Amino acid sequence: MAETITLGKGLNHGLRRALEDDPKVVIMGEDVGKLGGVFRITDGLQKDFGEDRVIDTPLAESGIVGTAVGLAIRGYRPVCEIQFDGFVFPAFNQIVAQVAKMFYRSLGNVRLPIVIRIPFGGGIGAVEHHSESPEALFSHTPGLKVVSCANPADAYTMIRQAIRSDDPIVFFEPKRRYWEKGEVDLDAPLEGAFPLHSARVVRPGTDATLLAYGPMVRTCLDAATAAAEDGRNLEVIDLRSLSPLDMPTVYASVKRTGRAVVVHEAPGNLGLGSELAARITEECFYSLEAPVLRVTGYDVPYPAARVEEDYLPDLDRVLDAVDRSFGW
Amino acid sequence: MANGEREVGADAPAGGFVQLLTPDGERVDSVTTPDGTTYSVDFSDDEYRELYRDLVTVRRLDAEATALQRQGELGIWASLLGQEAAQVGSGRALRQQDMAFPTYREHGVLYCRGIDPIMPFGLFRGVDQGGWDPNEFKFNTYTIVIGAQTLHATGYAMGITMDGKTGNADGEAVIAYFGDGATSQGDVNEAFVWSGVFNAPIVFFCQNNQYAISEPLERQTRIPLYRRALGYGFPGVRIDGNDVLASFAVTRAALDQARNGQGPTLIEAYTYRMGAHTSSDDPTRYRIASEVESWKAKDPIARVKAFLTKQQIAGDDFFGDVDEAAKKLALDLRERVLAMPDPQPVTLFDNVYPHGSPEVEAQKAEFERYHASFEGSAS
Repeated sequence: MAETITLGKGLNHGLRRALEDDPKVVIMGEDVGKLGGVFRITDGLQKDFGEDRVIDTPLAESGIVGTAVGLAIRGYRPVCEIQFDGFVFPAFNQIVAQVAKMFYRSLGNVRLPIVIRIPFGGGIGAVEHHSESPEALFSHTPGLKVVSCANPADAYTMIRQAIRSDDPIVFFEPKRRYWEKGEVDLDAPLEGAFPLHSARVVRPGTDATLLAYGPMVRTCLDAATAAAEDGRNLEVIDLRSLSPLDMPTVYASVKRTGRAVVVHEAPGNLGLGSELAARITEECFYSLEAPVLRVTGYDVPYPAARVEEDYLPDLDRVLDAVDRSFGW
Repeated sequence: MANGEREVGADAPAGGFVQLLTPDGERVDSVTTPDGTTYSVDFSDDEYRELYRDLVTVRRLDAEATALQRQGELGIWASLLGQEAAQVGSGRALRQQDMAFPTYREHGVLYCRGIDPIMPFGLFRGVDQGGWDPNEFKFNTYTIVIGAQTLHATGYAMGITMDGKTGNADGEAVIAYFGDGATSQGDVNEAFVWSGVFNAPIVFFCQNNQYAISEPLERQTRIPLYRRALGYGFPGVRIDGNDVLASFAVTRAALDQARNGQGPTLIEAYTYRMGAHTSSDDPTRYRIASEVESWKAKDPIARVKAFLTKQQIAGDDFFGDVDEAAKKLALDLRERVLAMPDPQPVTLFDNVYPHGSPEVEAQKAEFERYHASFEGSAS
C-alpha cells in the first residue's frame, strides 16, 4: 500500500523492515535507542526490538565502527549511525584501514556486511561540523561502496538493499531533505527493486544533463522546471551510487544531450564532479558540445550558517552553469 | 610476587607481578593478588615438557624467519624473541571455542592454536596481505594498524554475549593482543570503555615489551599499565611475561571469568623485546647493551629448562630431541616458504568486494588487454 511519508520516515520504515527480516541485523550508534536518534531515524525501534538490537553506544565513533567489524566477523550485520557528517572522522581509520580492506586482506574470507549511515550536507543553519559533505573521501577508498538517497521511496528501498548487501556501504542521507514527503509503497518486495548501484533518470530531457545526488537532486529538479520556462529541456540524473558510479546511464544521457553539469555541495577540488567530468570526457568526447561544468561548494571549510546559502549550489547557480554550457 | 602484596623480587618491577617460576627455575606454588585471587598451575610432567617444547619450537621458527628475512626471502619480519612465554602461556590457556585477535607478532599464539606456522608468511614474504579465515582457525588476521584489533575483539565479544554464549564453563571468550605502545591509542581506550560498559567476555593481553619501536614505556604512561584497568572498571593483573606458568595461569583464569559472564580483564605481561621491532629496525640506536644483557638473565626458556632439570622431569635426551624436532620444523618451514609462488599479477584485482564492482572489472579487463599487447613481442 502506498503511503505519503517523509524521507526520514522512509529510512525508519526501511530499518524496521530490515530488523524484522533478519535477526542478525543490529543498529548501533549514539542516541539511537530511547531518543530515536537526533533526527529520529531510529524512532521506536529500540522499544520494539530491544536494547541488544538497537544499541545505544558510548560516545566514540571509532568504537562504533570498530566493534561493528567484530560483530560482523561474528556473523552480525551492523548498521552504524554516525550522528553528523563532521563526526565521522574519529572513525575514519576504522572505515578506511579496516572496513574497506578486510575482504581484500583476508583473501575473500571475511565479509563485513556493515552499513555506515551518515546524515550529510548543509542548509540547516547548523554550527561547524554539522553540514559537511565528505562523500568523496569514501568514494576514493577502494573496498567501500557509497550511496546516497534523494527521496522517500529510495530511502526506504536503498537502506534495505544496503543492509542486505555483503559489501561494506557508506550510506549518505541528505539531512535537509529528511522532512520532504513522497509516496512510498511499503509492501513492494525487495526482489526486483531498482538496483542499489544504478543511477536513475528522474527527469527526462533533451538539451543538457544535470548530474546530482542526495540533497542536490531536488535543487536540480527545480532548476530543470525553471529552465523549462525558458524553453530548455533538461535531463536530471540522480546518481544514487557514488561508488561505483553507474557510468553507462550517464554516458547514454550525455551522448544524447551533448552537455553535462555536475552539481554537489562538497568542495569542487577532487570531488565527484571532477571524476565525472574526466570520465565523461574520455567516453563522450565527440558528443560534447561544451566542457563538463561543475557547480559545487567552494574550496573552503564549510562556512558559518549565515552565509551558507552563498556557499551552497542553488537553482540560480545551476541555471548559470547551464547558460555557460549553452554559450560555449 | 603479587601486585604490591609481598616483597618484590629482584627481577620484578615496582609493584610486583604474578610469577610462578623464577628466572632460576624455582617454582612458586601460588600467588595471591591483593584482590584475593589466587593463581597457580597444576601440570603433569608431560604438560611441563610440552610447554617447554612449545617455547623452543616457536623460538626456533622465529629464528628461521629472521634468517629468511636476512637472506632476502621475506620483505620484513616481526620477531617474537623474548616474548615466547607470554605467547605460549596465553595461547595454551585458550580453549577450543575461544577467539584470538592478534597484532602482527603473535606467531607463538598462532602456533599454539594448532595452526600451520606457514600461514602468516604470505604477509611477510609479500605474496598476499595475510589472508585466512578467522572463523576456521579461531584466530583473526594479523592487524598492522596499532590497536585497531582491540575494537574488533570487543565487538566480537559483544556478539558472544548477544548469542547467549556466556554464563557457564563452556562459554566462549575472546583474547585481544596488543603492546605497550598501543595503550596510547584511542582505539584501545575505546575498547576498554566498551568492554566495561557491555561487560564483554574479553581478555586484553598486553605484552609490555618495554618499547614501541624506539620509544620506551615512559613515553606511553606514567602509571603501570595494568593499573589503567581500574579506571575502566575491571581488574588488571601484571604478570611476569617471561614466565610461561604465570602467563598460562592468569590468562586461563581471566578467560574463565569472561566466559562465565564476569566481564573483561586486562593482563599486562611484563616482558622484553630481545630483538629489533622488526627486521627494519636498529635497536642499538636507542637502548644499551647492558639492559639487553640484564633481560637475558630472565630468559623465558632457560628457566623452564632449569626447572625441568632440577626436578628431573627432563634430561639431555629430551632437550636434544626437542631441539632436533624444532629444527626439522624450521627447515620444513623454510622449504615451503621458498616454494611459495608469486601471485599472478591479475589477482591484484581479486577480493575487492564480495559482490564485485563494474569499475574494478573494467580496470581488470584493461589491465589484461594491456599485458596481452606484449604477447609475442621480443623481450
